[in-house]
Amino acid sequence: MNYFPDEVIEHIFDYVVSHRDRNALSLVCKSWYRIERFTRQRVFIGNCYSITPERLIQRFPGLKSLTLKGKPHFADFSLVPYDWGGFLCPWIEALAKSRVGLEELRLKRMVVSDESLELLSRSFTHFKSLVLVSCEGFTTDGLAAIAANCRFLRELDLQENEVEDHKGQWLSCFPDSCTSLVSLNFACLKGEVSLGALERLVARSPNLKSLKLNRSVPLDALQRIMMRAPQLADLGIGSFVHDPDSEAYIRLKNTILKCKSITSLSGFLEVAPHCLAAIYPICPNLTSLNLSYAAGIQGSELIKLIRHCGKLQRLWIMDCIGDKGLGVVAMTCKDLQELRVFPSAPYGNPAAVTEKGLVAISMGCPKLHSLLYFCHQMTNAALITVAKNCPNFIRFRLCILEALKPDPDTLEPLDEGFGAIVQSCRRLRRLSLSGQLTDQVFLYIGMYAEQLEMLSIAFAGESDKGMLYVLNGCKKLRKLEIRDCPFGNMALLTDVGKYETMRSLWMSSCEVTVGACKLLAKKMPRLNVEIFNENEQEDCSLEDGQRVEKMYLYRTLAGKRKDAPEYVWTL
Amino acid sequence: MGSYESELNLKATELRLGLPGSDEPEKRSCSVRSNKRSSRESSVEESRCKSNVNSDDSTTTSDHDQESVQPAKVQVVGWPPIRSYRKNSLQQKKVEGDGSGIYVKVSMAGAPYLRKIDLKVYKSYPELLMALQTLFKCTFGEYSEREGYNGSEYAPTYEDKDGDWMLVGDVPWNMFVSSCKRLRIIKGSEAKGLGCL
Repeated sequence: MNYFPDEVIEHIFDYVVSHRDRNALSLVCKSWYRIERFTRQRVFIGNCYSITPERLIQRFPGLKSLTLKGKPHFADFSLVPYDWGGFLCPWIEALAKSRVGLEELRLKRMVVSDESLELLSRSFTHFKSLVLVSCEGFTTDGLAAIAANCRFLRELDLQENEVEDHKGQWLSCFPDSCTSLVSLNFACLKGEVSLGALERLVARSPNLKSLKLNRSVPLDALQRIMMRAPQLADLGIGSFVHDPDSEAYIRLKNTILKCKSITSLSGFLEVAPHCLAAIYPICPNLTSLNLSYAAGIQGSELIKLIRHCGKLQRLWIMDCIGDKGLGVVAMTCKDLQELRVFPSAPYGNPAAVTEKGLVAISMGCPKLHSLLYFCHQMTNAALITVAKNCPNFIRFRLCILEALKPDPDTLEPLDEGFGAIVQSCRRLRRLSLSGQLTDQVFLYIGMYAEQLEMLSIAFAGESDKGMLYVLNGCKKLRKLEIRDCPFGNMALLTDVGKYETMRSLWMSSCEVTVGACKLLAKKMPRLNVEIFNENEQEDCSLEDGQRVEKMYLYRTLAGKRKDAPEYVWTL
Repeated sequence: MGSYESELNLKATELRLGLPGSDEPEKRSCSVRSNKRSSRESSVEESRCKSNVNSDDSTTTSDHDQESVQPAKVQVVGWPPIRSYRKNSLQQKKVEGDGSGIYVKVSMAGAPYLRKIDLKVYKSYPELLMALQTLFKCTFGEYSEREGYNGSEYAPTYEDKDGDWMLVGDVPWNMFVSSCKRLRIIKGSEAKGLGCL
């Protein structure tokens, strides 16, 4: 029932931007559904196999910005075999065929070929923004196509992708007429770029606000670039190595003094610690600092640097900062909202962080709402204290490096500690558990984590009850990923309808059997239940009683996918 | 679906913001997983992280005493959960010596092939000289500012940034490290000439 003409409603809908709100609008009535679909410009697809590109385009012909996610999260940790899927190609082909005026594409964990990048670059005249996170399958040739053909490109942002270097000087492919760049991030590329081309590109890009270089860009080139772009707000430094007595270094120091607008700093992929003093003058302006790839900076230098960073809101560092260093962060960075502490060695470095560092942070930084913390040990007491000090957590991801490690003081599991977190942080949306945990922690999660959307579990629990507590209790759960837990068929099958309210469920090295998965797939036709059979022995027909090593299920309107490799069995 | 609620013993699960164990003893849950595990095939067991695996014990113990639970020290696929990109990046750095390792060639007249050493590994001249002497099985003798390595069988020299061959030991260690391009061990007789300069 509309009291207003469509144009007015459209105008109102323009103000409604978030996907969820838009989705809600479309459910109100047929008329709103119709108006909403023609005015929707930004679409987020959390699982590229949940819908076909054709169907998407048909519903949203006005699509301008598309976000697609491919592989399951555990693919980040090598748990998903190569060529599982997540191909961009069919999407680009479908979009190119249609009349969609695509302007923005954001991809995560997808397989992107040079051909699809080439097709993308030629098919959409107003294409402005390409963001690739944790993708693979392309080379610098694909980047060259983007650079050469996207005449109005504003953003090329490559984050943590595996890119093959074909030494084709892709950066030189930006034509002289390209002056629209706002954001360029090629920090993850391993190869060299033409420094001259880079400097000229920066010089003709007056709107450039974000620039992240790779390690092949030396300090003297950095200085020249910064001279040309004093308006930069976000800088990623490649190589920061120089003789402190040299002219080049002195020039750099002076140039840095002029870059007053830098509020975000990252990189230092190669660094000589004695050069760090050059950036102290801009530290007081920084709101975001990412030194998680700066392996060349030791704890003491890190601490010296942080003492200058009073305005930090986001900090990503390595654990060489130590508990003492975290104490300095707690004293200095009162506005801290997001903290990530990464391990400097995959199996930990003995001088790294423990529960003490986290407690110090919680005491000094009450605004903290997002945490990723890799540490050697954690105690219930510490978690309880943290829960009390920081009730605002939205994301709480704790990784105790040694799997199954109990509270070292009491030798008890960490159920009470995590229980305190979920009870205190009512707005918690994402949680990752570690350490020794029984079914009890899941009871707490089911009871208290009402807003929880994503839960990651490893080496935890004792019985099906654990998983059931979570499935029953967390009404807003969207993604559940479990590895190496004793959850089996009973837990999987008790509430099959639940899975249609979720995006996906991953279970690996658990106790579910083929038979149970088959049954689930039969009952729920709108789920794809995939099991990965990585056994070299072909012809092994799956017997019902066989344990499933890896299972990934997700809701979908697209039916069984046609691009699955041989080892993926969609039941 | 309210069945689990009836199982709740609220007192036992009451959350307190105090240290655990400060109230009446709660039910101590077994921290080791159930016996179901041990019935599995061994090939599967090997790929899993068990609570009682350590590097020299491959059998599952049936002892469920909490104290005997040893957190797994075995390398497990995908643990710790660090993105492959980041892991590869870290490993690369280790190979390069934290991104600032300084590898220089070391030659010695008469040796069939050259060696390479990472100067970053050494903190001072004595350490470096000791390593060189071990590597090439030679001796340098005492260094003195006046005489160099006079009197010894061999002497260490290096080529600096300007291409000149210098005697090792004259300049401060850090300056040496940043200017040394390659090393060469020369015979004492050749060194005599240098020592006199």
